[in-house]
Amino acid sequence: MMTVNQMNQAQLLHWIDMVSFAVVDITEYLDTHPQDEEALKYFDHYIDLRRSAMRAYADKYGPLTIDTANPENYWTWSAQPLPWEGGNC
Amino acid sequence: MWNYERRLQYPVNITRPNAKIAKIIMTQYGGPDGEISASMRYLSQRYSMPYRKVAGLLTDIGTEELAHMEMIAAIVRQLTKGLSADELEAAGFAPYYVDHTAGIWPQAAGGIPFNACEFQSKGDAITDLFEDMAAEQKARVTYDNILRLVKDPEVCDPIRFLRQREIVHFQRFGEADREDCSK
Repeated sequence: MMTVNQMNQAQLLHWIDMVSFAVVDITEYLDTHPQDEEALKYFDHYIDLRRSAMRAYADKYGPLTIDTANPENYWTWSAQPLPWEGGNC
Repeated sequence: MWNYERRLQYPVNITRPNAKIAKIIMTQYGGPDGEISASMRYLSQRYSMPYRKVAGLLTDIGTEELAHMEMIAAIVRQLTKGLSADELEAAGFAPYYVDHTAGIWPQAAGGIPFNACEFQSKGDAITDLFEDMAAEQKARVTYDNILRLVKDPEVCDPIRFLRQREIVHFQRFGEADREDCSK
């Protein structure tokens, strides 16, 4: 399988969408099943994938979250594409 | 407190503008069973929810609904972007265009403005959770209706994702109504 460092921007964003969705979905499940051990393992797995993918994206393409912003000589946070721009932009 | 993520929860990449379907889908932004209603309902109800775990669930689902609101706005934006006044008028969009141009404004498909009376925050745990389960079903039916009216696969794909989330959230609210979460 491709690592996050081998992915191009579109592939990495797609990967972030997938692993982040897994985190959102299992978070809501755990809210009502706080002792489900398998679900807790699933959460641990996907939150790690999400953290490393978010860091890789910020390093290569700019931050998607303020916590991964690491500006050097330019404020890239506000220069990132807006998520609703879509395929025509 | 919230943090913003500069991405959509699920991608929206529409290449064929179509104001006629934008007018229909807009209802899931500011209509009676739309995503603004959903988010405001859960985020308002949580303060009086006596069970901490259920208040947490309302926060997490209410937060996800904010992301759904953004997806619907992205769909409407992409469906109307770059169209001329003549094209918008031909699609039945002139009454919206005259007030909002191509801006995003919360209204139902029939033009009724967003209204907080579309949802309730009753301050009673059972009442609020049953309202929430009903709300998820109403939104699911609206997405079913949209899928009967819209054929463009680039539009149907994110709509199907949003429809699925209504079903999952219905399930979670049903679980919140059980004993485990009141401990």
